Amino acid sequence: MSLDKEYLKEQRSLAWRDELRKSMPAKERTSRERVSMPEQEPLVRNKNNEEVNLGLTEQMAIEEARRCLDCVDPTCISGCPVSINIPSFIKHIEKSDFLGAAKVLKETSALPAVCGRVCPQEIQCEKACFYTVKLNKTPVAIGHLERFAADFEQKSGSVSVPEIAPNNGFNVAVIGAGPAGLSAAGDLAKYGCNVTVFEALHEIGGVLKYGIPEFRLPNSVVDVEINSLKKMGVKFFTNFVVGSTASIQDLREEGFDAFFVSSGAGLPNFMGIPGENYSGIMSSNEYLTRVNLMNAAQSDYDTPVFLGKHVAVIGGGNTAMDSVRTAKRLGAEKAMIVYRRTIEEMPARVEEIYHAQAEDIEFFCLTNPIEYKADETGHVSSMTVQKMELGEPDASGRRRPVPMPNSEYEIPVDLVIVSVGVSPNPLVPKSLPELVMSKWGTIEVDKETMQAHNVPDVFAGGDIVRGGATVILAMGDGRKAAAGIMKYLKSKHTK
Amino acid sequence: MSKIIAKEILSERVVKLEIEAPRIAQKRKAGHFVIVKVGEKGERIPLTISQANKETGTITLVVQKVGVSSHKLCALEVGDEITDVVGPLGQATHIEKFGSVLCAGGGVGIAPLLPIVEAMKAAGNKVITVLAGRSKEFVILEEEIRKKSDEVIIMTDDGSYGNKGLVTEGMERVISQEKVNLSVVIGPAIMMKFCTLLTKKYNIPTVVSLNTIMVDGTGMCGACRITVGGKTKFVCVDGPEFDAHQVDFDEILQRLQAYKHQEAEAYQATLNK
Repeated sequence: MSLDKEYLKEQRSLAWRDELRKSMPAKERTSRERVSMPEQEPLVRNKNNEEVNLGLTEQMAIEEARRCLDCVDPTCISGCPVSINIPSFIKHIEKSDFLGAAKVLKETSALPAVCGRVCPQEIQCEKACFYTVKLNKTPVAIGHLERFAADFEQKSGSVSVPEIAPNNGFNVAVIGAGPAGLSAAGDLAKYGCNVTVFEALHEIGGVLKYGIPEFRLPNSVVDVEINSLKKMGVKFFTNFVVGSTASIQDLREEGFDAFFVSSGAGLPNFMGIPGENYSGIMSSNEYLTRVNLMNAAQSDYDTPVFLGKHVAVIGGGNTAMDSVRTAKRLGAEKAMIVYRRTIEEMPARVEEIYHAQAEDIEFFCLTNPIEYKADETGHVSSMTVQKMELGEPDASGRRRPVPMPNSEYEIPVDLVIVSVGVSPNPLVPKSLPELVMSKWGTIEVDKETMQAHNVPDVFAGGDIVRGGATVILAMGDGRKAAAGIMKYLKSKHTK
Repeated sequence: MSKIIAKEILSERVVKLEIEAPRIAQKRKAGHFVIVKVGEKGERIPLTISQANKETGTITLVVQKVGVSSHKLCALEVGDEITDVVGPLGQATHIEKFGSVLCAGGGVGIAPLLPIVEAMKAAGNKVITVLAGRSKEFVILEEEIRKKSDEVIIMTDDGSYGNKGLVTEGMERVISQEKVNLSVVIGPAIMMKFCTLLTKKYNIPTVVSLNTIMVDGTGMCGACRITVGGKTKFVCVDGPEFDAHQVDFDEILQRLQAYKHQEAEAYQATLNK
């Protein structure tokens, strides 16, 4: 499974790759324009829940694949947290072997259709692409191509199941069925382990289900990937909170040899300003969970949700963009992002900001709420905001926002979604006091093996270690941990 | 999936369900709750565990029909399955020998009070329990409570059973007669508010178990947040029990109303079906 240099070289020198490279001069390849992703019209899509990006056509994918130079030293791979063999899958697309391309993706990624949609490729593989680094041109659209190959396979009905090593008898428990857990489960199954995933919610997928909205990542796409894992023999238990329903010690006694803790970032942060607990003010976790996981906006589901007319989302990350675009789709006349720095400092992906702007989302930058006011029923009716200006850089390297005196004013709102970050879920750490924790409540692990300090059979990754990161970084942790767990189990076994 | 093993109708609006949940039955302690969801399109609602049996692997929930979800749950029969049950959640009750413990339960709040009465008694406390309800039919689980209490006082608003009067009157009677070391109060938020005002007057440490709106119940959404001692706390992971004298009940009362309008409409629609 590892993609060492020898393997990459061997693959690259296969006859068909050689032939393909020679079929078109490099100059012709680099003279082509990058494909642009077809998308729904902004003012149409902000009224429906269908996917924004429509996916490349076969012709578009082949054309784009031709731009890839199949470099001797494919730097793009170093930019991928799960080390996908990028040139190999792209060249499979170029020769119209789309299923072959999907197979390559699955060698190292448990969730290619997901990554093709939600990875920030612009700061990963595409940033390390030869076009970006050396040619100063727009990079090969690696993300779009990944999505194309994965979708093609899903639609073809012949979804391949990765090769699985003979059963090694090891029982591994994965705690939390989000991107880190699913990625670890996939690799552990490939190594031949018996893998059981324990999920606290009633659905498998973690943030892919409760967090990321349908218009960016349809649940059906996630379900196909989960089914692949089931076909690989991974067992799933929902409604099971490790730390409460059973402790790690109970599971050890039930025969589990190692644990991967991927319980995610739970607790939403609030700002602690007056009036923040009025009704109609909620975390983005709550809002998105109601809408995405509980289908609250559909009348035949029992969970309620507020459908605001004037909705303010506080924050500038991807979750804030997901929330505000959801509110727009649920009928908000005015859907606003309120952010204390400028657009340049926003942590959200450029694509998400651009999509939000096109969808008629209003941006109130350099603006910070300081108080909420409510009507006579205790429901939020307006927010007092303060204008900010940028001062000296802070610890994050971004310029610190400083309040401007006498700049307060009121914005009428009937729904406020607070999206200012999350803190790690305390449930698993609470039940394992031996774990070494950081002052932020994250689990301290070895960076290479993801093994927890002090508790050798426990490994951890994703937001419970990072405190709040991306799907793909969580997946990278899952892969590293799977390798770390195998190393640990083998060495323990031979002793 | 959790199968319903037994069902008992306690009153027109209150149902007791014994359900299969072997792992939860093993782990649960007084004070713990579960999240329950009925049907694929159901809502996740928190319910405190009333009793558990490790041998049979079952737990007992007491449900009052107040809206769509509780209505659906109460409509299930023996042999039916509850789609999702997860737990035990929350922090267990802090049990120790305090001396004399005054427990007060209002309406369906008597159900979660029962395991606390049991545990307090088992820890060697003298337990005096006040059970209260609007009328006789709201006073539930009296027999079970009597078995574990040294003394039981019953209060009904309309005097249809026990003494006529409010729960606070029953509590005050106990307080005037003996030194109370701890009070535990569970019931509707408005009842807990007034019981807390009373025990504050007499300077009696008091614990309340809060039942707020929740979605996931594992610390993820923050729907259950309340203010305790000026700080935001999550009932699902920090509670459900808190130092009553620090709790901002007015905020809880207001937050419980958040979806009142939508819930009433949805419930009416369900009843009309």
